[in-house]
Amino acid sequence: MDALTENWDLILSGFGWTLRLLAASAVIALIVGTIIAVFRVSPVPVLRSIAAVYVTIFRNSPLLVLLLITFFGLPQIGITFNNDIFIKTVSTMGLYTAAFVAESLRSGINGIPLGQAEAARSLGFGFGQTMTQVVLPQAFRNVVPPLASVLIALTKNTSIAMAFGSLELTFRSKQLLNEYATDRIIIFVAIAICYIVIVEFISFGAAMLERRWRAER
Amino acid sequence: MSTVLYDNPGPRARFVNRIVGIVTVLLVLVGIFWTIRLLNQNGQLEGDLWEPFVTPTYMELIGRALLETLKAAAFAIAGAVVFGVIFGIGKLSEHAWIRWPSWLVVEFFRAVPLLMLIIFIWTLNGLQLDKSFQSLVIGLVLYNGSVLAEVFRAGINALPKGQSEAAYALGMRKYQVMTSVLLPQAVKIMLPSIISQCIVALKDTSLGYTILAPGLTTEMKSIWLTFQNQLPATLVLLMLYLVVNLILEVLARWAQKKFSGGHKLNLTAVGVLGETEEEISAERVRTTHSGQGGGVY
Repeated sequence: MDALTENWDLILSGFGWTLRLLAASAVIALIVGTIIAVFRVSPVPVLRSIAAVYVTIFRNSPLLVLLLITFFGLPQIGITFNNDIFIKTVSTMGLYTAAFVAESLRSGINGIPLGQAEAARSLGFGFGQTMTQVVLPQAFRNVVPPLASVLIALTKNTSIAMAFGSLELTFRSKQLLNEYATDRIIIFVAIAICYIVIVEFISFGAAMLERRWRAER
Repeated sequence: MSTVLYDNPGPRARFVNRIVGIVTVLLVLVGIFWTIRLLNQNGQLEGDLWEPFVTPTYMELIGRALLETLKAAAFAIAGAVVFGVIFGIGKLSEHAWIRWPSWLVVEFFRAVPLLMLIIFIWTLNGLQLDKSFQSLVIGLVLYNGSVLAEVFRAGINALPKGQSEAAYALGMRKYQVMTSVLLPQAVKIMLPSIISQCIVALKDTSLGYTILAPGLTTEMKSIWLTFQNQLPATLVLLMLYLVVNLILEVLARWAQKKFSGGHKLNLTAVGVLGETEEEISAERVRTTHSGQGGGVY
């Protein structure tokens, strides 16, 4: 037990790192993902294919390899992000997760009843207006559960940042596992619980949102 | 092609769309040009940086490393299927003392970050280099097995009830119903999900880099440490992963068409970022709304 009582501040700071990585990547992923999803259903064929290529590439590449490119490859051609570990990590994770957000959102857009977009068009709305005023607000409500899954996966993916200098939970777990050989299982379970807390919080939030939005419809 | 999101473009809309299209193409071309210029300015296009990837000795090393990676993924999926069957059936058991532990194990390993799990297992193995491959595979088995357990459970639940009822009516025992009636049918529905999980497992083999497990990513690191060609090495690494994954994706699509009539499992696996999740959610959203209208396309 000593391992935990003596080092709770380390674990807490790791928890903070993880939360910050998660929040910043999630914001980037949601914004970029929405743009890509709109591209994917847009009337312009070029935009549709660009979005499709984006999703195919990012969905099929390992996040660790993308981080390797950002951290070791790009500095070779002068793209250093001011040498800020956090910005490098977060932008890579955000762009990676955006592909999954775009896919969920696209399925949500496909799930909107035909009549909605037809009604919008008959009122004279253009594509942009139909999307922002009618389709996207409903699509987001449709995809709360899958988006929550994407965020949960992102939570777990933030652990990869430990290989690139982020002092988050998994980094702390590795450090403590090495220092306290006798308490390994306790340390592992305690840090796992930290992750489970975040995961449960996201599921709970998603369930709340879904209930409220269902009542509104 | 017409969709419901926008009208068939008239002359003006077609003109606007074409302008947007041309501008985008131009932007992409400028982007490509700028990238090439940047590569050139920083000397990244020089032959000796790319040479290792066409030199037979190094190609052989990379090929062997790729085999190691594929081996890790194959072991992981084979183990995960076994793990998944056991715990998936465990979750369906009618005995609470089997059902609850199975549930706990599956939920735990799905919620814990894979990387942390792998590092933990490697620590238990004494941080030995020759055990790192084994640690990676065990971690992958535990994680992917837990995801597959959920897939198996949903697959067996998706079968019509009449199947098991008929089997019981013929006087079969519980394990006979499972092994000779339910599982063979369920596996057919689950095959696309299993192949999709192969993609996830393959992507996750790259995590072996952090515990120095033999494999593609670790090999590439030693190459870029030798030649100082970080950018070419990481790009080649990405390409190799993309090619293998795209082949698997085509395979999954084929299996889906052939074995499950284009339908995917309807299950709510939480926290799984992969092919499965998106397709499933798409399916779910579509089915919940099928009464009110159709898809966009």
